[in-house]
Amino acid sequence: MRKVFVAADNIFSPLGKDTFSNLSALKQGHSGIRLHQETISENPFYASLLPPDFKAGNPQLTPFENIVFASASDALKDQQADAASSRTGFILSTTKGNIGLIENGIPDADADRQTGLTESAMRIAACLGIQNEPIIVSHACISGLLAMITGMRMIQSGLYDQVIVSGADLITAFIFSGFQSFQAISPNPCRPFDANRDGITLGEAAATVILSSVNSGGAVQLSGGSVSNDANHISGPSRTGEELFMAIRSALRQAAISAGEIDFISAHGTATRYNDDMEARAINLAGMGPVPLNSLKGFYGHTLGAAGLVESIVSLHSLKENILFPTKGYSEPGTEREVHVIKELRSAKISKCLKTASGFGGCNAAIILENLN
Amino acid sequence: MEFQQPGLNAAGFLDELYRHEGMAYPKFHKMDHLCKLGILATEILLKNSGHPQKYRDDETGVVLSNRHGSLDVDLKYAKTMKTGASPALFVYTLPNIVIGEIAIRHKFKGENAFFVFKSFNGNFIAGYVNGLFESRLIQCCICGWVDFLGEEYHAMLMLVETTHSGTDIPFTVANINQLNNANHE
Repeated sequence: MRKVFVAADNIFSPLGKDTFSNLSALKQGHSGIRLHQETISENPFYASLLPPDFKAGNPQLTPFENIVFASASDALKDQQADAASSRTGFILSTTKGNIGLIENGIPDADADRQTGLTESAMRIAACLGIQNEPIIVSHACISGLLAMITGMRMIQSGLYDQVIVSGADLITAFIFSGFQSFQAISPNPCRPFDANRDGITLGEAAATVILSSVNSGGAVQLSGGSVSNDANHISGPSRTGEELFMAIRSALRQAAISAGEIDFISAHGTATRYNDDMEARAINLAGMGPVPLNSLKGFYGHTLGAAGLVESIVSLHSLKENILFPTKGYSEPGTEREVHVIKELRSAKISKCLKTASGFGGCNAAIILENLN
Repeated sequence: MEFQQPGLNAAGFLDELYRHEGMAYPKFHKMDHLCKLGILATEILLKNSGHPQKYRDDETGVVLSNRHGSLDVDLKYAKTMKTGASPALFVYTLPNIVIGEIAIRHKFKGENAFFVFKSFNGNFIAGYVNGLFESRLIQCCICGWVDFLGEEYHAMLMLVETTHSGTDIPFTVANINQLNNANHE
């Protein structure tokens, strides 16, 4: 089977418009999370929101489409990859795309044409000069990882030589009110894996990876990935963590490495009590309790369709630079099973990373990133 | 199976088909239309297939696609969110929830994925599902199309296995496109 490499990437977030500026901000300990007073909520709330000018650009595109376009264009800028080639695929990861337009009261009959994901993806693809039909992954909070896994599989099978994988979501009244109705939103900036964690913080971002069958030098390999389902509850995670463990085990098997070879874990770490406990159980089932772990939600909030991509990109640069990023917001251990949460930025000789995600609908995903250089 | 009830609207059709199938699954009544359609289509697909006995929980995958995502319930949630956002409605505003409901009903814990395409993409679905088999990630897969918006709905599901009996059709792009076209007529 062909190998798959991450040839280029972009993070477009409140911390910066490219990966470099994001990594610099993380190294300085900056977070995108601020107290906001916006129309999407009656009361002030914490979130990591993009400034309005980040969402502008092409007036023919919606704010959602503009941030995806900005992210993908930046990732493509140093690339030899020919977006228009029949050997180039495009995958868009999003949970709610243009949902903001629906809240603004467009008639139901126009909703499909104006907000439909297929139309939206085709507009973005046209602006990027992509010829092949876009593939849209809409699979709750694992969308970003599932989109990367899908791209990996398409290259492995020989269907494409490179795949542009972009993900994004904007935090609108629709999404905010929904998470609030679940009482899932923390009144403070989120505290992943901490004893006093009390819910999520939402965030906005777009991110892109360009996957390629060719390693043009120094690229990190995406060497395995798998998805599982809890088959237990549509809005609450598994009690045992058994199913996330299944996805981890299967991803390791594909990468042909053992659990003991993993140098660090980039967890989902949403900072809800149940999610973080479930993850801690799964990680212990995999025998990885002592492996250093972080959640980046304290820097970015939960960026939904972008989350898996943003966190994978930070992780692959961790591997390249041999540094471990801390879990902002964490201070005291507080999961039922113990995990080794990274508290401070530090250097470490690392080459293999496990990245996980879980979401509504009982879905779990895991990928393996390896720096072979 | 033959089931015809002229004069029913889309929602009425789903509830009538549930009764016709003799299902006793109270959770069905809490679901949105997309999930009801997916659950019913899976029920009919698996009837008499002998499926449940054959595989471990993690050996069955579910790979679904549609055109409209969860737009049917998105529009309903958007109308109620200002007066009283309902978590019971919000949770359905993700298309992969239909996979979650099918997984719960049948204890399927294997690979799952939800894709959105402007029309059924037999080439992609065949490639993706065959890839899962070739990587030995699954032994069996429920795959196809489940779409619901307003009064328009369409489901076309396939049960794909590595062992075959006399009446089975090879899982090829040409065959599944033909199935989808026949199903549309």
